[in-house]
Amino acid sequence: MRSPFSEEANLQVTSGPALLDGPTATVALVGPPNCGKSTLFNRLTGLRQKTANFPGVTVERHHGTVGLSDGRELEILDLPGTYSLTPRSEDERITDDLLRGKMPEVCIPDAVLLVLDSTNLGRHLVLAAPMLALEKPILVILNMADELRRRGGEVDVDALSERLGAPVVLVSAAKGEGLEGISQFLESTFRAPDPVGLPVLQSPPSCRQWAGQVAAESAYRPPVAPVWTQRLDSLFLHSFFGPLVFLLVVLAVFQTIFSAAVPLMDGVEALITWSGGWLESALPDSALKSLLVEGVWGGVGSVLVFLPQILLLFLFLGILEDSGYLARAAVIADRTMAKVGLQGKSFIPLLSAYACAVPAVMATRTIENKRDRFATILIAPFMTCAARLPVYILVIAAFMESRPLLGPFLGTRAAALLGLYLLGFLAALVTAVILKSTILRSDRTPFVMELPPYRWPTAKSLGLRLLDRSKIFLRRAGTVILSVAVALWILAHLPLVDGQAPEIGESLAGTMGRTIEPIIEPLGFDWKIGVGLVTSLAAREVIVGTLGTLNGIDGDEESTGLQEALRQDLDLGGAVALLVFFAFAMQCMSTVAMVRRETGGWRIPILQFTYMGVLAYVGAFVANQLVTWWWV
Amino acid sequence: MRSRGWFGGRGWGRRRRRRRRLRRSRAPVTLADLREGESGVVDSLQLPEDVALRLMELGFIPGTTVVAGRAAPGGDPRVYRVDGSEIALRRETTRHLLLRLLG
Repeated sequence: MRSPFSEEANLQVTSGPALLDGPTATVALVGPPNCGKSTLFNRLTGLRQKTANFPGVTVERHHGTVGLSDGRELEILDLPGTYSLTPRSEDERITDDLLRGKMPEVCIPDAVLLVLDSTNLGRHLVLAAPMLALEKPILVILNMADELRRRGGEVDVDALSERLGAPVVLVSAAKGEGLEGISQFLESTFRAPDPVGLPVLQSPPSCRQWAGQVAAESAYRPPVAPVWTQRLDSLFLHSFFGPLVFLLVVLAVFQTIFSAAVPLMDGVEALITWSGGWLESALPDSALKSLLVEGVWGGVGSVLVFLPQILLLFLFLGILEDSGYLARAAVIADRTMAKVGLQGKSFIPLLSAYACAVPAVMATRTIENKRDRFATILIAPFMTCAARLPVYILVIAAFMESRPLLGPFLGTRAAALLGLYLLGFLAALVTAVILKSTILRSDRTPFVMELPPYRWPTAKSLGLRLLDRSKIFLRRAGTVILSVAVALWILAHLPLVDGQAPEIGESLAGTMGRTIEPIIEPLGFDWKIGVGLVTSLAAREVIVGTLGTLNGIDGDEESTGLQEALRQDLDLGGAVALLVFFAFAMQCMSTVAMVRRETGGWRIPILQFTYMGVLAYVGAFVANQLVTWWWV
Repeated sequence: MRSRGWFGGRGWGRRRRRRRRLRRSRAPVTLADLREGESGVVDSLQLPEDVALRLMELGFIPGTTVVAGRAAPGGDPRVYRVDGSEIALRRETTRHLLLRLLG
C-alpha cells in the first residue's frame, strides 16, 4: 500500500512507473448510476458482482484485481454510481469519500476509470468536469458502444480525447468490445489529465453547457430515442393495462410455482424417501445409520426439494431487474408509497426483499432521507423472502386441496400463496404508516427517479444469477441446515436410558419443545412445531428441515411424507396460524446482523425483532381462534 | 383514452375538477400543467437548493426543452423526457418548475 502522502506527488503532473512497482496500484471505477460500471468491473476482474438494469444496484465498494500482461496486478474498485461530486445519499457518499481520501481504511485511488454512457454523452460528460478537476490520472470510458451504434449515434474518440486532455476509449462492457484500450491504459504510465477550459464546477448550467460544447466538438451524434422503450412504456405505464399486465405476470408466476413445481417437488421428495429407504436397508443398524437417514436425509432432504421453486422466483425477479421494468414498477408504486409516507425509491429495496431481506436492507442506501431509509429498513423483512417459500408451500400443499379458481390461470393453492404475499406487504404498509406518523416523521422528500431504457435480459446473466442462487441455497443446506439437523438428532437421542435412545417426547429435544409448549399452545402448535420455531430463528427454512428430522425419528412404522406428518401434528387452525406467524416474524439472524450494521447500533434491530415477534404471536393467535371458530 | 388515466381522470371530487378547469383555461405555466406529449422550456426551478441542484444534474436546466410522457395510474408521478433520458417526478415537484412562456 502506498502511503497517503504520495497523493500530493500524484497531483503533480505525472507519476512515474516507480509508483506502480507495488502489487496494488489502485484504480477506481466512477460514473453515473446504471452506466455499466459493475458490468465492466466483472469483465476486468472475472468476478460476479450483481448487475441489473436500474440505477442504484451497487451500493457499496467492491474490490477486485486485474492481471496485466507484464505480470503486475492492479487493484480495481467498483463504486456506487453518482451524478456529481456533491453526494446526497449513503451510496453516493461512499464514492465521494473515497475519491477525496476521507476513508481511512482505503488509500486514494492512483487513477480513475470514468465510465460514461455513450448513448447520452451530452449529459453524462457533465460528470467529467469535476473528475478532471481532481487532476488524477483518468481514462474516460464510453460504455454501451453497441447500443450507440445500433441506434445510429457516433462519436470521434480522438477529438474527444484531445479536447479533454485525457485518453478516451469506446467500449461495450456487456459485449466485451474495446477492452484492449482499457488494458493499454492500465499498463501505461499514469498521467494526470490536461483539460482545456473547465467550467465553473458549482454551476450545473455552466457544466452542462461545457459538456454540450465538448460533445459537439467531438462530432457526437446522439442516437435516436429508443423506440421500443417508448412502445413498452405506453403499455406498462398505461393507466389501466399497466397494472393489469403486472398482475397477470405475478399470477402466472405463482401458478407456475404450484402447477409446475409441486409435481417436481413431489418427485424429488419421492426420490429422497426412496434413497433414504435404500440407505436404511443397505447400512447395518447403527447410530450412524440413524443419523444419516433420520437426521441428514430427513432434515436436509426436505429443504432441498424447494430449490426449483426458489429458482423460479429468482428467474422472475431477475427478468424484472434486468429488463428495466423495476424502475417503472417504482413509478407505479410511488402513489401508494406516498400514502404511507414513503416514496417510490423505497419500493426498489422492498421488491428486492422478495428475494432476500439482507441485500434489500443494504439497497436502502440509495434513499436520501435518513428517516425514510430507516423506515424502509424496518419494513423490508415483512416482504415475503425466498426463505419463507418452503414453509408456505409445504403447509399450503399439506392442507389445501388443489382446485382451479379461475380456470387454469389460478388455483386455490396459488391464491393462498398470493394471499400470504399480500399479507406481508400489507403488514409492511401499515407499519410504515405507524412509523412515519410517529418516531420517523419527516418532511416529504421529492421522488426523483431516472428510468433506464428497456433491455433484453440476457440468458447468460439470468443463468449466472440462478447458478449463484443455487450455490447459496446448497451452501446453506450444507452448513446451517445440516448442522441444525445433526444437533437436533443428537438432542433427540439424549439422554440415554439404559444405553438406549429415549422415546422422542422424553429426549432433550422433546423436553425443550414441551417447555415452550404452554406458550405456543394458544396458537395451535404442538411441541414439534415449537422446536421448529426455535431452530428457525437461525433461518426460516430451517423449520422444514427440523420437522423433517423429527418426523424421520418419530415416523416409526412406515416412512410417511412430511406433508402427511404435518397433517397429524396440526389442525387447520394451527396451520393457518403457522403461516401467519411466518409471514410476520423476523426469524433471520443474517437480517438482524445486517440491520445492526446499516443502522449503526442495536436499537433498530431490537425494536424490529420485538415488534415483528409480538405481531407474529398476536396474528397467529387471532388466526387460530378465527379459523377454529369458523370451522368447528 | 385521455392520458389522465382511468381513475384519475374521472374528476373525483370537486377540487380535482376545479384544478382541471383551471389548467384547461390557460397556457401551461409549470411543468405540472403539461399533458402527455406536450412540451415546454424550463425557465426556473422554485425549489430548495439541493433539490434544484439534483434536478439540474439530471437535465432540468433553465433553457432545456422537456417533453411530458406517460404518468403512473392516477396521473402522478409522470415521466419526463429531458436531455436524452427519462426522469419520473411527482406533481408536488413539477408544480415548482416554471416554464418559459412562449410568444
